[in-house]
Amino acid sequence: MKVAIDTAPRPRETPPPTTRDALVAAHVTKTFRSQKEMRRAVDSVSLRVARGEIYGLLGANGSGKSTLIRVFSTLLLPDAGSVTVFGHDVRAEELAVKRLINRVSVEASFFKKLSAMENLVYSGRLYGVAPDEARAKAQTILRRLGIAADRFNEPLEKLSRGMQQKVAIARAFITTPMLLLLDEPTTGLDIRSKREVQTFVRDLRLEHDATILLTTHDLDEAERLADRIGILHDGRLVAEGTTDELRAQFGASALEEVFMTATGRRLEDADEAEGTVT
Amino acid sequence: MISRSFRSLHRGPFPGLKGQIGLAYAFVEREIALSKRYWAWEIVWIVYGIVTSLSVTYIALAAPAISGGSVDESAVSRFVLYLLIGTIAWRFLGIIFDNISEVIAWERWEGTIEYTFMSPVPRLTHLLGMCIATLVRAAVFSVVTLLAIALFVPVDLSHANAVSALALFVVGVLAFVGLGLATAAFPLMWPEKGLQMSYIVQAVVLLVSGVYYPVDVLPAWLRMLSAISPATYVIRGMRSALMDGADVATLWPEIWPALVVGVLSIPLGLRLFLAVEAYAKRTGRLKRSG
Repeated sequence: MKVAIDTAPRPRETPPPTTRDALVAAHVTKTFRSQKEMRRAVDSVSLRVARGEIYGLLGANGSGKSTLIRVFSTLLLPDAGSVTVFGHDVRAEELAVKRLINRVSVEASFFKKLSAMENLVYSGRLYGVAPDEARAKAQTILRRLGIAADRFNEPLEKLSRGMQQKVAIARAFITTPMLLLLDEPTTGLDIRSKREVQTFVRDLRLEHDATILLTTHDLDEAERLADRIGILHDGRLVAEGTTDELRAQFGASALEEVFMTATGRRLEDADEAEGTVT
Repeated sequence: MISRSFRSLHRGPFPGLKGQIGLAYAFVEREIALSKRYWAWEIVWIVYGIVTSLSVTYIALAAPAISGGSVDESAVSRFVLYLLIGTIAWRFLGIIFDNISEVIAWERWEGTIEYTFMSPVPRLTHLLGMCIATLVRAAVFSVVTLLAIALFVPVDLSHANAVSALALFVVGVLAFVGLGLATAAFPLMWPEKGLQMSYIVQAVVLLVSGVYYPVDVLPAWLRMLSAISPATYVIRGMRSALMDGADVATLWPEIWPALVVGVLSIPLGLRLFLAVEAYAKRTGRLKRSG
């Protein structure tokens, strides 16, 4: 049985940006149109991520998580609503926003024939990081992520999926982003790699002055990493709060129960029903 | 606490000219690294270029046998140079057109398009870097092809006017960079068919530009396309410069039309690219898969 979304508790209106806000999204809406159909991927989503916070955006495949991340990372223009990153509008001050953010997506997305080091030095250059500095940072981060030094100069295509994802995380961190957008960074990783990445993300948040927006459809990951969680369902933000707040709000004992009450579905069932990631 | 935090938010001023050159160089360095990693394919393209250019040139050497009549030695030598200039110039301009028009398609194929477009590099700087990398590649390929052909076929450049030839190359580069920028936008606009469309454009330019024959032999309706193809003027002018030693003043009727195309097509191509990029961002086409 599907619970009517409108009856679910709605997050409060997003306040105007303050000096503590890393990300403010107000009534963001995005509809994709094709000859066959019109699909509203994001429906008037408003959220605020405080500086230094890890905000987990939880939702099934097709709930609009990746669409939102693409809007936040300047790759997609919303049909309506506004997004600011540290007070900079993603549309009007695109370049200023780009200097403050980086993103790790579910696909590692590298020049496959180039080595990890070549890819990282290249990425660093695009963000104004000198090659020597990028190399030094890359070595430190890759070692911390458990990649042996003798793999640094191998073509990326020869590294495992887990290693490639770790290199993707290193790519984001060598540019020291103020806002890091992690779009399902551990999807497809084995348990050990997943734990290593999660520990690394948490450690780096403590060491650096970074704000992290994490999308996931892994309840355990959201609970483990996020200070606050927003639940996205059919493009709408249907619940938001800390894990404790959400449990109290929905009278639930576990996050899974919160998700079910808020969306009317179990996360696994919703994933199966949607099939595709948007 | 807040003020301390916000001090660290300040990332310094946006990079100036020197900084932009550094950003553009990132793309040159990347392309060089990719060429090294794809070295076997680079050798394939060079060998293929040499063989096709050489094959075309041998047609001239075989002119007496093919025509069945008597063609004197000086006419054959001139015919060799005529075809050689056409094939080398087209190779050079074609690489520029190909590589620039593949800027998007290549990144999409590698899966890196989102990261390139998300980076804080102005599009002008990005495309400038790709154009520089392309020019280096086109120059290296063309020189290697020319040197290799000179080993097989006698090339008489005793009447050549190098300054005029250089001027025409510069004008040709400008024109083809502009055309390449315009067609580079095709894969953003039409992810599934955009690259194929740019290849069609290139094929038509090859047909109508007098690469291997004077455009006079074409039907009248195709000669209308010849008149708007910058390659027509560049290749015809190049022949006059290298075969007859024509100076820049004499070649002005060939230079100015190509120059006009270049001067107009670069800003128009860039504007079109930016407009299509905005369209791709509105419609969700700016992503790794088509």
